[in-house]
Amino acid sequence: MASQVWRRTSKLLQQSASLAGASTRQAAVPLSNAFHQKIFSRDLTIDIPTPFKAHKCDPPSLSVETSPEELMGFFKTMYSMRRMEIAADSLYKTKFIRGFCHLYDGQEAVCVGMEAALTPKDCIITAYRDHCTHLGRGGTIYEVFAELMGRIDGCSLGKGGSMHMYNKAGGFFGGNGIVGAQTPLGAGLAFAQKYLKVDGVTMALYGDGAANQGQLFEAMNISALWDLPVIYVCENNHYGMGTAEWRSAKSPEYYKRGDYVPGLKVDGMDCLAVKQAVAYAKTHALAKGPFVLEFDTYRYHGHSMSDPGSTYRTRDEISGVRQERDPIERIRKLLIAQEIATVADLKNVEKEAKKAVDDALAKAKESPQPPLEELWSNVYAKSLDAEVYGADRKEVTVKLT
Amino acid sequence: MALSQGIMAVSVPAAALLSASSSYSAARVQTASSSLPALGSRRGLAVRASSAEQSANFGPSSQKLWTPKITTNAVAAKQEAAASTGAKGPGHELLLYEALREGLEEEMERDPHVCVMGEDVGHYGGSYKVTKGFAEKFGDWRLLDTPIAENSFTGMAVGAAMTGLRPVIEGMNMGFLLLAYNQISNNCGMLHYTSGGQFTIPCVIRGPGGVGRQLGAEHSQRLESYFQSVPGLQMVACSTPYNAKGLMKAAIRSNNPVILFEHVLLYNLKETIPDEDYVCCLEEAEMVRPGKDITILTYSRMRHYVLQAAKTLVNKGYDPEIIDIRSLKPFDMFTIGNSVKKTHKVLIVEECMRTGGIGASLRAAIMENFFDYLDAPIGCLSSQDVPTPYSGPLEELTVVQPHQIITAVENLLAK
Repeated sequence: MASQVWRRTSKLLQQSASLAGASTRQAAVPLSNAFHQKIFSRDLTIDIPTPFKAHKCDPPSLSVETSPEELMGFFKTMYSMRRMEIAADSLYKTKFIRGFCHLYDGQEAVCVGMEAALTPKDCIITAYRDHCTHLGRGGTIYEVFAELMGRIDGCSLGKGGSMHMYNKAGGFFGGNGIVGAQTPLGAGLAFAQKYLKVDGVTMALYGDGAANQGQLFEAMNISALWDLPVIYVCENNHYGMGTAEWRSAKSPEYYKRGDYVPGLKVDGMDCLAVKQAVAYAKTHALAKGPFVLEFDTYRYHGHSMSDPGSTYRTRDEISGVRQERDPIERIRKLLIAQEIATVADLKNVEKEAKKAVDDALAKAKESPQPPLEELWSNVYAKSLDAEVYGADRKEVTVKLT
Repeated sequence: MALSQGIMAVSVPAAALLSASSSYSAARVQTASSSLPALGSRRGLAVRASSAEQSANFGPSSQKLWTPKITTNAVAAKQEAAASTGAKGPGHELLLYEALREGLEEEMERDPHVCVMGEDVGHYGGSYKVTKGFAEKFGDWRLLDTPIAENSFTGMAVGAAMTGLRPVIEGMNMGFLLLAYNQISNNCGMLHYTSGGQFTIPCVIRGPGGVGRQLGAEHSQRLESYFQSVPGLQMVACSTPYNAKGLMKAAIRSNNPVILFEHVLLYNLKETIPDEDYVCCLEEAEMVRPGKDITILTYSRMRHYVLQAAKTLVNKGYDPEIIDIRSLKPFDMFTIGNSVKKTHKVLIVEECMRTGGIGASLRAAIMENFFDYLDAPIGCLSSQDVPTPYSGPLEELTVVQPHQIITAVENLLAK
């Protein structure tokens, strides 16, 4: 048991250190020694407050097994993600980031809790609100910032942008711009896992807006027919861009939408509840086939940076959620109540995380723009010798690579 | 549905679904079982390393399969022009759909990652019998009978291709793939680019299209014009059993997404094809009949109408050079250009609509590159810009007929 805890610890430490922007993407930066001394390698069982709502299955227990290291990891990871998204907000306003930028702050508990229950053999695919999911799968803050600013050191060489982040080694398949189109892709990933007999599941994430897409139902039908190990995760933040869920869905019980596919509704602002639900769904998916998870979550920012987020909801609602349900505050209170860390310890962690994010940002601003040849590279998987002209059709051609 | 017995034992380490590392720390650059190139070198040409490494984990090289001797020269030499393209030695005679089936079967035997997804491809044997007998041989897990949900099963195939599988998507009629246009354009075509080269999509999308015999407007569509400007896709059109088998095999082996356009009226075309293994080059055009008076560029069913017209033209004393362009995207400008430099006159005969068709793009490309070699404007015979009517005589009027080809050639050569 202890050895399991330490393995998990070292992974989480490495992960949180990687989020702190190890620029060479190598060894983890350990937390300070003083902090280490206070960690006891013990297991903890926490009872989560909000009950699960189940559809055609039995809900999992409300007692979640965790450990102090895991909870500290949650705190540090979520805090880093929050700082990263806020930094992205300022970058957008100062025109370093252009186009569309969809921020994830408020929803961090979903991706962090999910990672706690998953392994590297599992695949994740999501929509365009993907900066934090990319981090969770092993990406670094530096490459997220570089990609957002369109620089060569971005995770997609600057050619994808905010909505197209991928991490092949980490099992993260993007990063998709068209609402709902990632759900059949997710079914395909699960199909490949079953075909190649890989012991893993696919998490296909979508939002409450995408829950009304026909292709989602098509994908659910096929995955249920063929017993594919796919978990459809609806991140219900209650607004599909500017339209509230009660105005776009006749039945906003998204966890029941699978009909013959069992589902669970979970408080998505609670890391531990997310972890419990995902572990439960994973066991089901590996044995029996698809599962639907609906995470009740909330985004503080508008749909994207072009949306103030206050024309279709009140500021009181936003600040109310922030006061009562914020995922980071929840973990903070838990850590203090369980005497795992003091207020001062957490302040230190916050300071370190903020510094790491700032360092990554400064470095990313220095990263160069992609060279012009990148325009024509990676169009095809091998060179076709197909020639492309410049815009004025006169210049020397380039061979497509 | 139980995993079938058809899958060969693939010695892939369990954690190597994506040739991924076993630790998901930030060190995604250096991994245990594979070496993704470091981020700094993952630019431009170095991308080849990642696609090679992908195939190193999943492709035939990891399985010690027999590698057949391959003849890649699909372009007929001057002496072997016209009817029997490429038949050396005894060969065997078959119909075009059987040639497609042979090619697909050989590729499925060669590589266990190849699977077929489509409506009625499995137990029914394929609506045009291209996969007849496969379900019994390869099992339900490699011949996947999908529900009627083109959008999602095309998306599924793209998702599976991202992990290294090589799905062949069959559209029962190409026109139905319009429902999957988003998946084909945004995911299939663009993922390699937007992921900075991390993922390749080695899938094949195939199916019958074109104007049939009174099938009605919605079942007589020519999708090559709709897909031609999607970046990242390759498009080829087969026209004979020989190139059907060769292109099918090449498309499956390619690491790019390839759309293979078949024609609904050509499935019963008969030809003798070689017994030995061969693959056609995807990007190459086929010299059907060398000549010196005029270059006629065509593809798919129109090739046969052109050949029919050519008989009359030859009797009248003309010497047309006929090229089946085969590769609709990208065009084989090398073969086409050499021909234009020789004959100085071009006629394009296609089944696409006049507006925005393959002929329109080809005309622009030839004009741009070889204007100085042209002695006359490029002629282009295309279908009318109308939905294909059901009525027989009206349907004949919408597509190009051989007598129109003869008239067009005579007019061009009179200039």
